[in-house]
Amino acid sequence: MTMVENSGPVTPPPVVSRATQANGANEVLAEKVSVRGLNFYYGDNRALKNVNVPLYAGLVTAFIGPSGCGKSTLLRVLNRIYDLYPNQRAEGQVLLDNQNVLSNGQDLNLLRARVGMVFQKPTPFPMSIYENIAFGIRLYERLSKSDIDGRVESALRRAALWDEVKDKLSANGLSLSGGQQQRLCIARTVAVKPEVILLDEPCSALDPIATAKIEELIDELKSDYTIAIVTHNMQQAARVSDYTAFMYLGELVEFGPTTKIFTTPAERRTQDYITGRFG
Amino acid sequence: MATEHTAKAFDADLQDLARLVAEMGGMAEKQIGDSVDALNTHDITLAARTIALDDKIDHLQREIEEKAILTIARRQPMAVDLREIVGALRVANDLERIGDLAKNIAKRVSALDDDVQLTKVLRGVEHMSELVLLQIKDVLDSYARRDVDKALAVWRGDEEIDAVNNSLFRELLTYMMEDPRNISLCIHLLFCAKNIERMGDHATNIAETVYYIVEGRPLADERPKGDNTASATVAFPA
Repeated sequence: MTMVENSGPVTPPPVVSRATQANGANEVLAEKVSVRGLNFYYGDNRALKNVNVPLYAGLVTAFIGPSGCGKSTLLRVLNRIYDLYPNQRAEGQVLLDNQNVLSNGQDLNLLRARVGMVFQKPTPFPMSIYENIAFGIRLYERLSKSDIDGRVESALRRAALWDEVKDKLSANGLSLSGGQQQRLCIARTVAVKPEVILLDEPCSALDPIATAKIEELIDELKSDYTIAIVTHNMQQAARVSDYTAFMYLGELVEFGPTTKIFTTPAERRTQDYITGRFG
Repeated sequence: MATEHTAKAFDADLQDLARLVAEMGGMAEKQIGDSVDALNTHDITLAARTIALDDKIDHLQREIEEKAILTIARRQPMAVDLREIVGALRVANDLERIGDLAKNIAKRVSALDDDVQLTKVLRGVEHMSELVLLQIKDVLDSYARRDVDKALAVWRGDEEIDAVNNSLFRELLTYMMEDPRNISLCIHLLFCAKNIERMGDHATNIAETVYYIVEGRPLADERPKGDNTASATVAFPA
């Protein structure tokens, strides 16, 4: 594991594209991540077919589609977590701040710190709440105990969990409720100061109140991060995201402002899916 | 390409809503016809029946509202489904107002005597009501078939009704100036004409709703408006 100073390298200016708003007005938005001509293979099976999609900086992009359409696969490409598994390969470009993360010679650990991920099932480490968060920080930075204390507190505050756990930071992370565990995972993700946060069905395993809290959290986080969320819950996608991508059988069928996708989608397949007419 | 919902009950809910709106539309049409007939023939019994039947229209509107709200809560509709339900609510509102306007006409029947002199004006009112009935029939048809072209034709056709209303207005003013004994009668007829003109406006509202349901955006243009009664005057003969 390499230690990295917290001052980031000088990055080239982000890709800028004209995105059409729901009311037709053109707004200039910065693309934090640009997926270009992405093809993904599980062995011989082509799971993603020539996908082109932007993730705009400071906004939430939702990915919806029926099971097997490739949305989780796409997410897993963005921080190259598929690299951990044999027989899976990606072709094409995924530009993070104009640099292709799929190219050789990438520092994958650094990438995964810059692009954090939260999974469907909460996955806290079998450590104390404090250690869950400090562990990641210590991998990338050398800080004093009081600095780490400060970072742990700010991460837990960011995840709207501080008030509930501040008196039991040494308790095991697994002793928390499902919703709290998921917020712990989000705290753990933001603690290493990522730029992009990937959420793969983060609320599927949670009750409605915990879900509402996480949705509220996403709303607060998006001003500082670029967020991509995969969800089966159409209403959640409509509530939480600014842009929505509808995928089907490995292809990106439609991409646009969320308000437009859910009120007047351009593609018949999109409308059939969101109104429950599929199949 | 699938056109039915995976949940069949959702389709049933939407069909029920459409059926209720159609029923309400039919009732409203009948009310208009009956109220103007009662006016023309001075049929007090028919007028009383028309007034009583308005309750049924109000009841249907409440039923439609309840059903729409329940469907929204249950199904969380999106896109065209959501527009359908919102559209049904708006159309029900317009039909309920049309029913009220018809009732108002029926209420005035007893105030009119059998006056031969005003047959001409009564013919004018009847002619206006025939135009409006045609508009309402067409717009309800366009709603049932989601026919945007037909809805737009109704939307533009309101100008003719406004023109008839304008000339009726002047005619009534003239009669009132001729003979003060005509005044109370003419005032009632003025209100009747106004009511029918308002029914025409509600028909164009329904046309706008049909456009919205199909196209997903409101009718942006300015509707051609011909109602000049707000500024109409007739000079008193010297």
